[in-house]
Amino acid sequence: MSQFPDSTLAEQNLQMSKKSVLELRNVNIFYSDNQAVNDVSFNIRRNKITAIIGPSGCGKSTLLRSLNRMNDFVDGARVEGELIFADENLYGSGVDAVEVRRRIGMVFQKPNPFPKSIYNNISWGPLINGYKDSTDELVERSLKQAALWEEVKDRLHESALNLSGGQQQRLCIARALAMEPEVLLMDEPCSALDPISTARIEDLLFELKSSYTIVIVTHNMQQAARISDYTAFMEMGDLIEFNVTKKIFTRPAMKRTEEYVTGRFG
Amino acid sequence: MAKERNPDAAVVSQSAQPGDARSIKKSGVLWGEFAIKSWLASCSFISVVTTIAIVVLLLKETLNFFEHVSPGEFFLGTTWTPLFEPSSFGVLPLVWGTLIVTIGAALLAIPTGLASAIYLSEYAPDRVRRTIKPVLELLAGIPTVVYGYFALTFVTPALRNIFPDIQVFNALSASIVVGIMVLPMVATMSDNALRAVPVSLRQGAYALGATSYEVTTRVVVPAGLSGVMASFLLAISRAIGETMAVTLAAGQTPNMSLSLFESIQTMTSYIVQVSLGDTPSGGVAYQTLFAVATLLFAITLVINIISQMILNRFREVYD
Amino acid sequence: MPLTTEQENRNLLKRHRKARFFALFCATITWSSVVLLAVLLYQVSIEGFRWLDWQFISSFPSRFPERAGIKSALVGTIWLISLVALISIPVGVSTALYLEEFAGNGKISKIIEVNIANLAGVPSIVYGILGLAIFVRFFALERSLISGALTMSLLILPVIIIASREAIKTVPQGIRNAAYSLGATKWQTTWAHVLPASFPGIMTGVILALSRAIGETAPLIMIGAMTFVAFLPEGPMDSFTAMPIQIYNWVSRPQEEFHQLAAAGIIVLLAVLLIMNATAIFIRNRTERRMK
Repeated sequence: MSQFPDSTLAEQNLQMSKKSVLELRNVNIFYSDNQAVNDVSFNIRRNKITAIIGPSGCGKSTLLRSLNRMNDFVDGARVEGELIFADENLYGSGVDAVEVRRRIGMVFQKPNPFPKSIYNNISWGPLINGYKDSTDELVERSLKQAALWEEVKDRLHESALNLSGGQQQRLCIARALAMEPEVLLMDEPCSALDPISTARIEDLLFELKSSYTIVIVTHNMQQAARISDYTAFMEMGDLIEFNVTKKIFTRPAMKRTEEYVTGRFG
Repeated sequence: MAKERNPDAAVVSQSAQPGDARSIKKSGVLWGEFAIKSWLASCSFISVVTTIAIVVLLLKETLNFFEHVSPGEFFLGTTWTPLFEPSSFGVLPLVWGTLIVTIGAALLAIPTGLASAIYLSEYAPDRVRRTIKPVLELLAGIPTVVYGYFALTFVTPALRNIFPDIQVFNALSASIVVGIMVLPMVATMSDNALRAVPVSLRQGAYALGATSYEVTTRVVVPAGLSGVMASFLLAISRAIGETMAVTLAAGQTPNMSLSLFESIQTMTSYIVQVSLGDTPSGGVAYQTLFAVATLLFAITLVINIISQMILNRFREVYD
Repeated sequence: MPLTTEQENRNLLKRHRKARFFALFCATITWSSVVLLAVLLYQVSIEGFRWLDWQFISSFPSRFPERAGIKSALVGTIWLISLVALISIPVGVSTALYLEEFAGNGKISKIIEVNIANLAGVPSIVYGILGLAIFVRFFALERSLISGALTMSLLILPVIIIASREAIKTVPQGIRNAAYSLGATKWQTTWAHVLPASFPGIMTGVILALSRAIGETAPLIMIGAMTFVAFLPEGPMDSFTAMPIQIYNWVSRPQEEFHQLAAAGIIVLLAVLLIMNATAIFIRNRTERRMK
């Protein structure tokens, strides 16, 4: 009983496979006694860009970091609720956080390339995870995906620290992509960059959308409106509204959302 | 990695990774990580074991010692002749010797060290600072036996010119030389403490019309006092524990005289004397070594702990 | 009662004069320490230079000053420092890595930290006593190079640990975050990124700690390094002497010639230390430039 009588079985399975790659259910996050995220629930859809917006301090970065268990490194951080990925709760007992981070990658706010060569930056992650094929191809592939290949192809073995800020961030994106993550988390990736680099990265994200699932935290509302498919609006740890981006920015359901996106605060 | 992507999109990678839809659950213990973490932790515990060993060793032998000699005689007696008859075990001469040398050294090192620190942090131009800092490091790195040599061959003869009655081995020489030895410590640590005081504090005072002397003595030094005082205490602790320079400069005659021109013996030089001699192990004379060492250890430990407490608790919070 | 203008002016002049005098006072004192170092070095040089020749370096000590040399002490020191480096560097760096990267901020790390800070202030002679009781007697290693090396290692271990921790702390957290986010374990991150980045700082600290060990005499006397050694050690279990001990031995003798020999020995010792410290400073400057 197929909705798409002409497709193959594999395609049918794919269509019926879960559309959500990551499901958040009643997620609460605490730093010692302070609660940073209150009872948040929404789904991350496959091959879509989900943006999380909100004023500073609303808990969006905290929430993002919990998606790949980077909060484990913060003393006193505690996560309650369920984050379902690959049929498991990310915070369930017996879950290997290292494995989670192999499959859910992250790009940080401030570009943080390793003080090594460009080549090395990209090849290190896959290599320590058992990559056996040609690293040359891997490096070229990843750099092309990040739209950086043309600029650095002749100096792959030079230090990554010699690159400009925007280039370094694209390198970090390439480095994350080299791991072929199922989800790519981005924590305000453009906030430390100039407008031109920002524009290039936004174009990049648009292209990547077709092959990757992306969750991006941004304080730039216009950016969220431009590139994302879904938007979550948070304030003071609460999820005020989650919907298709178009709706959030044109006809939001909550008054608070409307006030934020029209710039009346934040 | 799992390949559940939209097949219509450009296929980004042909590399087949094993284990599609792999579980994120832990598969067995990571032996490598565990072994490494164990090794690293074991190394860390060596320091704890060392402390325990020192304490146990010193206490054990000291308790043995107190079976033969009463604590009263040890702590209150004023004659120290443990190595020959009639033997007497009053440790006060050694403490006195250590005290004289330490106070003398402190009187020399603390004012000059602080003055140097003030100069380096408040007055010296950058070029001068860059020359003098390495000099201080060099002074600090000179082995103590060299300072002992210096005392015998230069300081004592020089003192002889001023005070003809001074003996070859004398406490003054030892004080001077130990003072020079700990001077860089006071200067460097105090300099760091003073530099940590924010410029805004100084500027505020200058804006009120204060001179550099007033700003330094009434604003900067009080602000950095915890670091400065900690440096004083550490220098004193170092002076107390100093061995070779005092052994060479002050000789080995325990006494309680007030004269700086005579030979004295400190706790540390006594310990050296016993080890260099042929004292049979196991006897009371041998045990005096541990008793004195325990006293030395206890004194320096208390001073170090107080110094750390001062550093931690009274550190002025600037922001 | 407010001051008259003239009173105010005179007061101000006095204060300014005081400030100038104070500045001059502090400057003089500071430069005196430079003068002092120069005097010390000069004194040592003129005393010992006469005796500093190849024969001095290649002879064993002797009752006769003209024939005495520093060979056994120099070789002993080299042996000692090599063993100390082999023992203390892995243990010290491992401890620093554990405390910075692997241990939490819990009670246990606090205890270890306080411990190390206290051990750093224990007089070196107490380490000598410890070495005597544990390595020479209890483990029956006798008065050998290995006893001396183990004792010295314990002595400088706190210095290495503290310096290494400082170096490790300067590695930016962003690099670790990047590595973790790629699915690396703590050790993989530490080995591939934290250690290489902190290596220069660690090396500087290690070299300074080793130069401290070279100059230490008291612990070696305690564990029984001999003062008259007319042979070269051939293995870690052999007895030995070291430069500071030889110098001490010569200084303690009444004859003037031996004092001069001691000066020559001091020149050699200071030369070795100078080379080591210059290397440390060189490494520090090189890497500071590279990090920019």
